[in-house]
Amino acid sequence: MIKRFIQNAGWPRIIIALFLLALFIAAPFVGVRVDTSLSNTLVRFGMNGVMVLAMIPMVQAGCGLNFGLPLGIIAGLLGATLSIEWNTEILAWLSGLGTQYKISWLNDIFVTAWREPLGFASAIIIAIPIAAILGWFYGKLLNRVKGDEMMIATYVGFSSVSFMCIAWLLLPYKHPTMVWGYAGKGLRTTISVEGYWLHVLSDSLALNIKTDDIHLYIPTGMLIFFAVMAVLVWIFMRTKTGTAMTAVGSNPEFARASGVNVDRMRTISVMLSTILGAIGIIVYEQSFGFIQLYMGPFYMALPAVASILLGGASVNKAGILNVIVGTFLFQGILTMTPSVINSYLQTDMSEVIRLIVSNGMILYALTRKVRAGR
Amino acid sequence: MSENNTPLLRLDHIGKEFYGNRVLSDISFDINAGEIIGLVGENGAGKSTLLNILFGMPVISSTGGHEGALFVDGKKVNFTSPNQALAQGIGMVHQEFSLIPGFTATENILLNREVLNGSSLSYLFSDRVSTLNREEMNARASAAINTLGVNINPDMIVSEMPVGYKQFIEIAREIDRKNTRLLFLDEPTAVLAESEAEILITALKKLARSGIAIVFISHRLSEVKELCSRILVLRDGKLITDQPAESLSARQIASLMVGRESEKKVDLQKLPEEPEDIESENASDSLTQQKKKKKIRPALKVEHLWVDMPGETVRDVSFEVMKGEIFGIGGLAGHGKLGIPNGIMGLYPAGGRVRLFGRSLTLNKPRKALGRKMAFVSEDRRGVGLLLDEPLDWNITFTAMQTQGRFLLGIPYIFQMRNEHAMRKEARKYIDSLNIKCTGPSQLAGELSGGNQQKVCLAKAFVLRPNILLICEPTRGIDIGAKSLVLDTLKEYNRENGTTIIITSSELEELRSVCNRVAIVDEGKIAGILPASSPAEDFGMLMMGQTHQEEGEESA
Repeated sequence: MIKRFIQNAGWPRIIIALFLLALFIAAPFVGVRVDTSLSNTLVRFGMNGVMVLAMIPMVQAGCGLNFGLPLGIIAGLLGATLSIEWNTEILAWLSGLGTQYKISWLNDIFVTAWREPLGFASAIIIAIPIAAILGWFYGKLLNRVKGDEMMIATYVGFSSVSFMCIAWLLLPYKHPTMVWGYAGKGLRTTISVEGYWLHVLSDSLALNIKTDDIHLYIPTGMLIFFAVMAVLVWIFMRTKTGTAMTAVGSNPEFARASGVNVDRMRTISVMLSTILGAIGIIVYEQSFGFIQLYMGPFYMALPAVASILLGGASVNKAGILNVIVGTFLFQGILTMTPSVINSYLQTDMSEVIRLIVSNGMILYALTRKVRAGR
Repeated sequence: MSENNTPLLRLDHIGKEFYGNRVLSDISFDINAGEIIGLVGENGAGKSTLLNILFGMPVISSTGGHEGALFVDGKKVNFTSPNQALAQGIGMVHQEFSLIPGFTATENILLNREVLNGSSLSYLFSDRVSTLNREEMNARASAAINTLGVNINPDMIVSEMPVGYKQFIEIAREIDRKNTRLLFLDEPTAVLAESEAEILITALKKLARSGIAIVFISHRLSEVKELCSRILVLRDGKLITDQPAESLSARQIASLMVGRESEKKVDLQKLPEEPEDIESENASDSLTQQKKKKKIRPALKVEHLWVDMPGETVRDVSFEVMKGEIFGIGGLAGHGKLGIPNGIMGLYPAGGRVRLFGRSLTLNKPRKALGRKMAFVSEDRRGVGLLLDEPLDWNITFTAMQTQGRFLLGIPYIFQMRNEHAMRKEARKYIDSLNIKCTGPSQLAGELSGGNQQKVCLAKAFVLRPNILLICEPTRGIDIGAKSLVLDTLKEYNRENGTTIIITSSELEELRSVCNRVAIVDEGKIAGILPASSPAEDFGMLMMGQTHQEEGEESA
């Protein structure tokens, strides 16, 4: 039984899980609170979950890990900034609808009570079509480089980030909370979402226990949002299209012989991954409190890639369970190692450990792919 | 350079087993200087293995060496690498080109034997730093090319040459080697046009007169007869005959190659009692009779089909398959028999006209072909036929799900989820009826044995409820028990559902045992269509590129 469990879970996950457990046990002895650590882990889990979910469609369709996640993130950033730029207009338009159809209570809802959730929703609604369009081109590109998707994807991510560094300066944003104060134009590197949709998901239905003994915070709303997204992806992978996509990833020749349009499935998977990346970053920002532009998205793909690999996914097979397990373990390690080990060693090792874990995991998974290759 | 009595190369009871699978047994013959020997045999008769042994290919030594002994000039040798064979003056021209595409003809011919300019640097270090003497090299290359009687510019880059030229360059390389005494040519004319083949044959005769012994392997019997002085026939790893070429007719060679005792084969039980048994000697006659009697329209009518499938090019193929018939397509590997079903199914670029029950079929679109209720079992089981990393129920139902919308829940075009319960049920049905050995519908296809994988492929095709079933190499790589089971399943399916089945196979006996009629493909064209009851040697003749007319001339 135990042997079976080990075989199913895989040694890397068991080792990391034991390590994480050891950190939690060791935490009180070096003066780190277990409950706050657990809260932090859950918050980080919720923040990053959707972006890790974005790996699934592309992996399943055989396009490899989405190292081009920054492209989706950029779509999300555009959605986020535009939702703030047009915040007043959007709300005015919605309450206008209320007046037009003589539903006065709509007015109250739009202007006051639902102001923040509507802002958040508008960010996602704006981001999705942008992500779909970018993803379509990205998918077409990846169809031309079959076999080298991950390498090309990495550079798509990097170059799109660099391109946007110019665009953020030149785009005609006007909103005073977002542009540089001295010039009146060009977006700042960091933009606060406070007053717009800060903690919209995190704080809704949140469990916040703060007594002398326990400091526990569970961002229920954000976790539910992640769960809904996960269920949607799960359902999609079970549809006719999702099944065809999985077959394309498993054996493109088989899929072609079965009358499936391989390139189309791959493009759809890339579009989906990009859209999920866009939604993911907006979820991340509402919890984090800031929109990070310019070089912010540059390394965003690596933690997501490392998480899903840590969760037991391979380069051509990934499931929801891999996302949940991987994100929890990875974010757990990231939360716990710096605090526990720093307190123990009395030096700041957090960044070093973070890099070793995330890159080590990617390295491990990529070498495993070579062995599994037919 | 030849010694009078000792043969250049003597093979003494050579045999070879691959993992308990005997491919060669007890081969003994001599090769004398200046002799041209023709080595013929079907695919899988053991020719390649024999060549590998003679040329010291690592495949042989790494799999436990061979039985028997080799003697060069009467001295026993044991080649463990091709270099040793080269040192003894044995050269080999492979079926696949081993040329460097970006190099010129000269550079390829003199590769590793370049003419060097001495320089002070080469005294200090080694020859590795000397420059090349291009003029001398070109002269040597030209000389080698001229020996072959063709005109190729030595500065031409190999990748820009027509295939025929490449073959000459390969041979020129072996000729240039000064000590070459024995040359093996593995199907050198397969890629050549007729005129080029003639030039090559003349050149080879010239070479032989200069004392070089040649072993010529070809499937074109006319060439073998024209060129060779002795003919060796291999069949099932045994040397069947070793006779002077004059004493054998092409027909005799063909029958020696394919002729087998019927009791040896498990699945050869003469023609089964098919509903439309073709008794008449002449295929076309019986067909017209059949048409008159039952008014059967052709299920599949193929006209001037060409298919660009790498290694299996189909040039111009026309044939008709009747409804309810089991039609066989045979022929040697690489002549295009596999290209026909792959082309019809739209897996490789194809052209020409294909009519299905009188309506024309869009080519190059697998979906269209599947939509017309054709099912296909690929010869490349692991590459095309299966999702190795997915469970059996996926493998069996996927095609039907995607093309016919079955095994789905929900509203078409809007939202449809796969019905895993129905998928498993269907898979279980076929696991039982085809007796697939597995742990259940959720076992991964990659974990099954070859025979069971083939049954999964069949199940996948049966689930589609096809009108026409195209099957490539149904018994390749599976054991004898599974073989007869697969063939019986096909026969039964044909009998019960009246499904038209087209089987493509390299095993002629297999085709003759299950099919009503068998077409033989030769060099991308149909050499002839015969009823399965025709004598084996007739099929053999067609395979060797002898059409009916030629055969008539010869016997006259």
